[in-house]
Amino acid sequence: MSWLDRLLGKNETSGQTAKQRLQMVLIHDRADLPPGLLEVIKDDIIAVIAKHTAIDTAKVEVHLEQDTNENRLVAEIPLLTARARKNGAGGK
Amino acid sequence: MSAQVLTVTSGKGGVGKTTVTANLASALAMLGKRVTAIDGDIGLRNLDVVMGLENRIVYDLVDVVEGRCRLRQAMIKDKRQAELYLIPAAQTRDKTAVSPSDMVLICDQLREEMDYIVIDSPAGIERGFRNAVAPADKVLIVTNPEVSAVRDADRIIGLIEAEEKGPGQLILNRVKPAMVSRGDMLSVEDVLDILAVELLGVIPEDERILVASNQGLPLVMHGVNGASAGEAFRNVARRLEGEDVPFLELVQKQTFMSRLKSFMGGNS
Repeated sequence: MSWLDRLLGKNETSGQTAKQRLQMVLIHDRADLPPGLLEVIKDDIIAVIAKHTAIDTAKVEVHLEQDTNENRLVAEIPLLTARARKNGAGGK
Repeated sequence: MSAQVLTVTSGKGGVGKTTVTANLASALAMLGKRVTAIDGDIGLRNLDVVMGLENRIVYDLVDVVEGRCRLRQAMIKDKRQAELYLIPAAQTRDKTAVSPSDMVLICDQLREEMDYIVIDSPAGIERGFRNAVAPADKVLIVTNPEVSAVRDADRIIGLIEAEEKGPGQLILNRVKPAMVSRGDMLSVEDVLDILAVELLGVIPEDERILVASNQGLPLVMHGVNGASAGEAFRNVARRLEGEDVPFLELVQKQTFMSRLKSFMGGNS
């Protein structure tokens, strides 16, 4: 990384990248989650919630977060506003 | 007194298990301890060449297990140290020739006569790994500051805890201080953050390790003149003996000028 990047505070070092990537990989390894499971969970969550209210299915996100001593499954499910519903965006 | 069984393992291959085993066994013997090193990598034996004992093999571990010789006959005495022995692996057989209970039995026979038994585990998490870990009193996990090696180390830590051999201690091998300084290598602190395990040793990358293995003379036996990896291995041996030895200062403390230089140069 060039001194200009450093001056501008851009670009993390490759060592930092390595640490972050490892932390993400290990969350999955330690929880013993098969690849693709988060996608399956996401689809199921969408199906359940869509039965009760309109949601923006394209923007639903399910990911893992690591705290000091626990792993957490985090789902972000944006609800559609009445106006968006009228315009026919998202939803099933 | 009864020997302590140390198993050196890593999951990933090529991180330096055999080098660590050879140097650690030698360093412990140099402290006046009675030590037997066992090569657990059946079918791919290597500890014999790294220790320079390959020409003296008559019997091996599988010969002992299958009753073709007594345990003593398979122990090659290292002539350079008073009480250092090697039990080589068989080269023409596979891991299934030995079972975890065979390993426990062999180590139990040796315990009374030794202070340390150091087992070199094969790479992987299958039979050979389970053989090597079965008799362990303490598991030493070798890793490098590199994503794939650290990931495998994490898996191994989980497995040895499941086998109730945990928590294990870490030897971080092949650290390049210059790369750590400029942020292009995981630091000791990064690795400890990720693995949350007790640190036993930090071994710097050292060309003399290859020279030592070319010659079949473990680096710790090369004398004390500034061999930094050798020094690090001797420190590991002393820590195992219960001494409180500070870790080598690998990354130079940065002065204002060196900081400015590395800031401007990017790569220095």
